[in-house]
Amino acid sequence: MGLKTPLYDIHLREGAKIVDFGGWDMPLHYGSQIDEHHAVRSDAGLFDVSHMAALDLTGGRVREFLRHLLANDVAKLTVPGKGLYSCMLREDGGVIDDLIVSFMTESWFRMVVNAGTRAKDLAWIRAQAAAYEVEVRERVDLAMLAVQGPNARAKTAMLLPAADRDKLLGLAPFVAAEFGRWFVARTGYTGEDGFEIALPAEDAAAVWAALRAAGVRPAGLGARDTLRLEAGLSLYGNDLDEDHDPLASGLAWTVAFEPTSRSFIGRNALERARAAPRFELVGLVLEDRGVLRSHQSVTTTGGQGDITSGTFSPSLSRSIALARVPVGTQGTVTVEIRGKPLAARVVKPPFVRRGKSQI
Amino acid sequence: MSDIPSDLKYTQSHEWVRALPNDQIEIGITDHAQAALGDLVFVEVPELGRRLTAGAACAVVESVKAASDIYSPVDGTVVANNAALASNPELVNQAPYAGGWLIRIAVDSGNAAANLLDATQYERFLADEAQ
Repeated sequence: MGLKTPLYDIHLREGAKIVDFGGWDMPLHYGSQIDEHHAVRSDAGLFDVSHMAALDLTGGRVREFLRHLLANDVAKLTVPGKGLYSCMLREDGGVIDDLIVSFMTESWFRMVVNAGTRAKDLAWIRAQAAAYEVEVRERVDLAMLAVQGPNARAKTAMLLPAADRDKLLGLAPFVAAEFGRWFVARTGYTGEDGFEIALPAEDAAAVWAALRAAGVRPAGLGARDTLRLEAGLSLYGNDLDEDHDPLASGLAWTVAFEPTSRSFIGRNALERARAAPRFELVGLVLEDRGVLRSHQSVTTTGGQGDITSGTFSPSLSRSIALARVPVGTQGTVTVEIRGKPLAARVVKPPFVRRGKSQI
Repeated sequence: MSDIPSDLKYTQSHEWVRALPNDQIEIGITDHAQAALGDLVFVEVPELGRRLTAGAACAVVESVKAASDIYSPVDGTVVANNAALASNPELVNQAPYAGGWLIRIAVDSGNAAANLLDATQYERFLADEAQ
C-alpha cells in the first residue's frame, strides 16, 4: 500500500485504475486515457497532483539563497506571484530535480517539486539553506489540483465569488495569487491553458465535486504523460536525471549564465559542458508504424543515442518521443524496435501546443 | 468483473483460444488482458504462412503505456490475421472475443494445445493472480 492523497476515495468512486507512482497510489485513468487526453485538448480536464510537494521557503535572505541554489535566476521574479521553472543541480551539473518556484514576498517563496524526489530534495535544500538562515516547510496540509484545457479557466472561475472572477481570469501565465483559501497559479503540464490550485486538504473533495459539476472531466497520470510529452515537457527520471546536465536534457533555456557574477551550484560544471557540448535532447516522430519507448536505441550519422520518453500521441495518431542524441543530429534517424530498424524524423518540440500540431 | 465466455479456452498468459473446424484455432487476448493494458494503439500480427511454436511470442499488442507479447498456444501455421487491427487497434478493447481477434492457426497434426484452462479455471486463475 502506498501513500494516498486526500482525493484517493474519490478516485475509487470515479472508477480509477490505481497504480504506484513514486510511492503514491495514483489514478492511471478513469476508463480511457485517450478519451481523457482529448478532453484536455478540446475542453477541460481535472488532475489530482497532490502527490507533488509544495515547500514554503521563508527568511530575510531567501532570494539570495535561491539565486545560489537554482540554475535559473530568481532575480527575474520582480512581480509578486510570478513563478519560474528551474533545475536544481549538483556541483557536477547533474539534475537533482526540476521545479517551479514562485516569488510571494521578499521573505517568502513557494516551490513545487516532484513526488518521487521529495525526500532527497528536502534533504538537499535544508543542507544548503542552513547557511542562509532560510526555513523550509513542507506543506503536507495542502492538496493540489490541476485544471487544464481551453475551457479550464472559465470553468474554474465559476466556482469563485463574482468579485474574484475577473482577478482570476486576469492572472498572467506563470503568475500565482491567493483567492481565499486557494493558491492559484496559471501553470500546467499539458501544453494547454489552465490553473494549478493548492488548497487545504480538507477542502479538496468539495472543490473536486464542484469542478466535476462545472463539466471538468477527471484525467489520470496516463493522459498527463501523453499530454506533457506532446507539449515537449520533461519528466524527471526519464528525460532528466542526476547523470545528465540540463544542457544535454533540452533545458539550456532554463540556465541563467548571466549575470556572470552569480555563483550557483553546478555553474562550473555547466560552463565546461557548454564549451564542449556532446548530447542534446530532440523530438522524434516515427515515420513507420509502431510505438517509440524509453531506452530504445537511436542510430544517427553522428553516433548512438537513446529515447528518454516515447509514447503514442493521441493528438497526432502516431508515435512520438524525446531522445538524447549527439549534438547536431538532423533529418532522419533509425530506431530499433524488437530487432527491426524503423525510420524516425528529428523535430523540435513541442509536438502539440494549445491543441494544434507543431510538426 | 471481466467477461469470460464459457465456450472458449484460456492460457495463463491471458490469450483466449476458440476451436474452429479442420484443426484450426482462433486466438485473441481476454477481456481481463485488454482492460489491464488500457487503450490499445498498435497491434502487430504475423504474416500468413508464418510457422509458430507453442509458447513462443507470435504477435505484439501495445497500449499507450506498454507493449505486451502474445504467445502461440500451439505449433502451427498462420492461416489468417486480422488486418482491421492495423488501422483500428481499439477493436481489441471494444470486442476482445469478436472483432478484436488476432490470428487463426492451422494446428500441426497431433499437436493440440495442452494445458489450456476452461472458463471456470481461468476465472479462478484471475482471482488467485489478484491475491
